[in-house]
Amino acid sequence: MHRAIPVFTLLIAAFVLNAQPPATGNPENGKRLFTAVGCYQCHGRGAQGGAAGPRLGPKVMVLPAFLIYVRHPAGAMPPYTTKVISDAALTDIHAYIRSMPPPAKPADTPLLNP
Amino acid sequence: MRKPSPPRVDRRSFLRGAGAGAAVLATQNSVAQAQQAPAARAAAPVPAAHEVAAETSAPARVEAQTTEHPGADFMIQVLKSLGFEYVCANPGSSFRGLHESVVNFGGNQAPEFITCCHEESSVAMGHGYAKIEGRPLAVFAHGTVGLQHASMAIYNAYCDRVPVYIVLGNNLNAATRRSWVDWVHSVQDAAAMVRDYTKWDDAPASLQAFAESAVRAYKIAMTTPAMPVVLVADAQLQEDPIPEGADLRIPKLRLANPPQGDQQAVAEIARMLVAAENPVIVAGRVARTPVGMERLMELAEILQAAVVDTRLRMNFPTRHPLNQTDRRGPAIRDADLILGLDVSDFYGAVNDISQQLVYSSRRLTKARLVTIQSSDLYVKSNYQESQRYQEVDLSVAADSETTLPALIEAVRALLTADRKRALQERGAKLAEAHRAMFEQARADAGYAWDASPISTGRLCAELWAQIKNEDWCLASSPGFVSNWPFRLWKFDKPYHHIGSSGGAGIGYGAPAAVGAALANRKHGRLTVNIQSDGDLMYAPGVLWTAAHHRVPLLTVMHNNRAYHQEVMQVQIMANQHNRGIDRAYIGTRLDNPEISYAKLAQAFGMHGEGPISDPTDLGPALQRAIEVVRRGQPALVDVVTQPR
Repeated sequence: MHRAIPVFTLLIAAFVLNAQPPATGNPENGKRLFTAVGCYQCHGRGAQGGAAGPRLGPKVMVLPAFLIYVRHPAGAMPPYTTKVISDAALTDIHAYIRSMPPPAKPADTPLLNP
Repeated sequence: MRKPSPPRVDRRSFLRGAGAGAAVLATQNSVAQAQQAPAARAAAPVPAAHEVAAETSAPARVEAQTTEHPGADFMIQVLKSLGFEYVCANPGSSFRGLHESVVNFGGNQAPEFITCCHEESSVAMGHGYAKIEGRPLAVFAHGTVGLQHASMAIYNAYCDRVPVYIVLGNNLNAATRRSWVDWVHSVQDAAAMVRDYTKWDDAPASLQAFAESAVRAYKIAMTTPAMPVVLVADAQLQEDPIPEGADLRIPKLRLANPPQGDQQAVAEIARMLVAAENPVIVAGRVARTPVGMERLMELAEILQAAVVDTRLRMNFPTRHPLNQTDRRGPAIRDADLILGLDVSDFYGAVNDISQQLVYSSRRLTKARLVTIQSSDLYVKSNYQESQRYQEVDLSVAADSETTLPALIEAVRALLTADRKRALQERGAKLAEAHRAMFEQARADAGYAWDASPISTGRLCAELWAQIKNEDWCLASSPGFVSNWPFRLWKFDKPYHHIGSSGGAGIGYGAPAAVGAALANRKHGRLTVNIQSDGDLMYAPGVLWTAAHHRVPLLTVMHNNRAYHQEVMQVQIMANQHNRGIDRAYIGTRLDNPEISYAKLAQAFGMHGEGPISDPTDLGPALQRAIEVVRRGQPALVDVVTQPR
């Protein structure tokens, strides 16, 4: 249980930081990194999410919150420390996730109509 | 009314039935004469002419070398009495007697011999078959090398509480082993290797004992909780003539009624359910038979209670308004009473276990906990499939499907008009939550809709469009494709889904689907298998079995070119060890070279198309494949997909 307190604190911090303005980054390099560091394995190549990990984009938490969460995740996600990936690389990944196209709308997609 | 007497098979009537009794008697007389001849020779210094003739006479030796009524014929009669439709086997010398009797004496009908390319496929086919048919098929295997191949599939069936009837060939009498192969394929205690994960086994030493053990094995396999059983058929018993004067009898099979929960305990559960404000029913392996789903629906509807389905059986319709499976988190959290019905991992259902470096778990709910489960009636210790112990407030050792009618009746008796109105209000809220859940699923599937590799949401939406107007069955576990079929498709028939492997042993998917399709064939159902690539690579020869035996099955490859579950496991280790995950692909990818599953299918003589990586090509490819399946053949479409 002792681990629950710092994780909870970090999540609160992430929530507060979510109000900060969005940051920039290189989405092209972020796309390369998204595959190279294995984000797609759980979250899908389009960051669409699935059973192994939640959807990440195109609507994404702001960069400071994103950085905190990736360093100190909850649930099944393994932690990515600065030794493993730099803030600059995460910034590029963040930019890539934000650049994802919007989803197909069910009403406009015959295959998604009941 | 006079009861029919059990079949009695004395040797003479058995032989008359086969139509050659006199020939066998003549053979045995010849054997006796031939065995006496050497002694006669020793006593006579000069062989007489008739003695020379006796030694060199071809007809006498031919007669001595044959028998038209081997013990295996009787064994097959026993298996026929149990109603087996099929026997799945990779041929093996230790059960050659049985094999020959199936195809000749038995006419290769009931059971029909299904040629398998691996014993693991044989057992997993039996697993999938039983999920549809509700009863086992037979599997023949070597008691040594065959059983070693089969063992993982047996473990899956054991964990999944599914009956598979395994007959092992073995040559126990060392004095009759003819070659070195007979020796290396013989074992003192054949079933020992799988005894930890089978329910019962026996090695009968006579034909009469075989008959009794065979019927007992069937009864035990089918008694709740159902599990695999093993029967050893000694090679000498199979191949030697039925003893002169043998009075063989096949016992009558009478299956045991499954146990219903204690009446007082059921009444107490009913009181708790009616009084609860937010009861949740967690469905494990409830629907053993087709009536299970109806009974669970009835209980949920009279209570207007939320149902969370673990999807180990086709327990509850996916579009039912009370189905809250995809919002299990809030449902469990807000519950004040949780009823677990044959849930294999109740601890996992009501606790959250951290996946981080230091183990921790926390209870998700303050609800009172009640279980009805048959697993309390039969427990083994070595393999740890029992899951973590969950303390509960009331526990009933019984079969939940069998207990449901009494529970429903007890609940009905307690419901007042006022209480019914309150429950209707609860049901309306749950229905609204279900509607929102389904809308969310449709919206979620739209993400990465046009992506290549193809998203698993798009794959399942395309497939649903092609099968929704058919009488279909999904014979694979959708967990590998993020459960999209459960989120998007309308499952409402008992055969729409067969659950999962039970033991999470990879290599189950393809053969279980072929077995389910074999069972579905006589019903004319379109069986669909969303097939993981890593799973198929364990024993792809089962596709040939499907082609050879004309098993109509649509296989849609979920080809993510990796053992993706394990990619993620290595990632977790690499990051927890602070080394980065860039080498996690080593040992987990299935590329370089990429595997062409379409060509693999074609090599086995079946329709194969792909690889398909453009989602707009998928619908037409599926249509072409389904046309093949409608003609009674298997077909495969290779789809290059996203990981999950």
